[in-house]
Amino acid sequence: MSKTILVYAENRDGKLRQIALETLGAARLIAGDGDSIRVLVAGSNITEAVSALNDYGVDTIYTIEHDDLESYNPEAYMAAIGAVIDLAQPDAVLFGHTAIGRDLAPLVAASLNAGQISDVTAIDTEGGEAVFTRPLYAGKAFEKRAFQNGPWVFTVRPNNIPAAEAIDGANASIEDITYPAPSLRSLVKDVVRKTTGKIDLSEAKIVISGGRGVKSAEGFQPLEELADLLGGAVGASRGACDAGYCDYALQIGQTGKVVTPEIYIACGISGAIQHLAGMSQSRVIIAINKDPEAPIFKVADYGIVGDLFDIVPLLTQEFRKVLVS
Amino acid sequence: MKIVVLLKQTFDTEEKITIENGSIAEDGVKFVINPYDEYAVEEAVKLRDDHGGSVTLLSVGPDRTAEALRTALAMGADDAVLISDEQIPDDEFAVSKVLHAYLSKENPDLILGGNFSVDRGSGQVAIRLASLLGISHAGSITKLTLNGTTAEVHRDAEGDLEVLEVQLPAIFTAQQGLNDPRYPSLPGIMKAKKKPFQTLSLDDLGLSEADIHPATKQIELSLPPARGAGRFLKGEPAEVAHELVNLLRTQSKVI
Repeated sequence: MSKTILVYAENRDGKLRQIALETLGAARLIAGDGDSIRVLVAGSNITEAVSALNDYGVDTIYTIEHDDLESYNPEAYMAAIGAVIDLAQPDAVLFGHTAIGRDLAPLVAASLNAGQISDVTAIDTEGGEAVFTRPLYAGKAFEKRAFQNGPWVFTVRPNNIPAAEAIDGANASIEDITYPAPSLRSLVKDVVRKTTGKIDLSEAKIVISGGRGVKSAEGFQPLEELADLLGGAVGASRGACDAGYCDYALQIGQTGKVVTPEIYIACGISGAIQHLAGMSQSRVIIAINKDPEAPIFKVADYGIVGDLFDIVPLLTQEFRKVLVS
Repeated sequence: MKIVVLLKQTFDTEEKITIENGSIAEDGVKFVINPYDEYAVEEAVKLRDDHGGSVTLLSVGPDRTAEALRTALAMGADDAVLISDEQIPDDEFAVSKVLHAYLSKENPDLILGGNFSVDRGSGQVAIRLASLLGISHAGSITKLTLNGTTAEVHRDAEGDLEVLEVQLPAIFTAQQGLNDPRYPSLPGIMKAKKKPFQTLSLDDLGLSEADIHPATKQIELSLPPARGAGRFLKGEPAEVAHELVNLLRTQSKVI
């Protein structure tokens, strides 16, 4: 029997996010011949995101546009996706494991009386059954999980599942869905953008991270310059956050965020176990620390013993030379 | 104000993970209150002190969870309920059903929990409960202010700050930065020993194994592959920086 797979295609300020294409990639991994892949785009200004999705060979793009959906409000978004679920009767609903997906997926799962597998990093088929790999203890261990019954709900971790690729001549049918406009018990009163123009930490391909060794909030400056040059994001250890050098939103570790970028540069981070859990699945790890015995060097591909305030600006210079040439 | 705190006992975050006979070994492991739940306990105790009412701790877990609950009682919570039953599977669908069976009879004004647990890390249970109980929620909050029948919360959304006004009853999950959890005082520890502590089974909640049949199942558990030995780059800072960028281009091919 053919399945219907519904992908929540996340947009940010009307632009399709990379995670939306990765979530669509995950849908392709579980789809068999004859299965229908449909996507939902919701927001207050979604024309651009919808037209971007048109090239990706999905069967249907459901669109819901309403002022209530300008900022994420769980009740408004649940009402929107609920309307689409009623219509499409999906066998699986997929989200990115992002601020929105982490919040919305459990609401959808509970409303469907369904199981959910969170933060999926890989999908395989074993004996005709889809099997989902996900981290435990922030990546100190991994489990493979399978659904016992349907429907399925799962969230995929950014930077792990290959993004769907555009298909020549693709053309989706677009269905506008009426927002059911529930009376809301929660109101979003204000959104303070602290990350405008910056790359989201969990989606970043390059992360420059600072620990107690940066010594102050100003000490993050050279790290930010390098991150800006490389189009990366700045992260931090718990030590740096606890010391008040930066916002907890930057924290990487078992408390905080788990990141899996192409390049992770740890600056002045000793490498406590709880920090290593949050970054040791990065592809290439570089550690800069004054202490040659620091545990961070045990997971680093390249270690530099020295003062980050000497090394990081020199690295920025070297990268700049390479990037302009 | 009747406040319930959802609490899970987890491994200390400095613990290494080892696998024995297909499951994660617990011998000699230090257990703590899930760090995010600790913020929830602190916030609940502060709110009760400011607004009156009671703080009930609620947990699903094995018998050892009692230790974490006693610690939270010593921080100032009033009573604790531990739902302990070997039939409860490690599946968020099932755990939320168990918690719902208890909470649906209690009608708290406010339910607080952690943003996620640092062991399974799925962040589902509290939000599922909001849906099952038919009440509002906001996840990952860094500030909570009660204004009569509503609460104003600050929510961390990937580094941006969202300010929400939410009607009570509601569920909120704590993010770092919400508060600085207190350490239990000695008098607090003494008092905690005498506070009401209830242990419930599935039977007590009127649930059968069929009611909480897991929707997902673990089929394999493994440790991540160890990272191969890296190398130190040595020399003057400028040489080292040059060499590193070169290696990233030619060997790692990531630039």
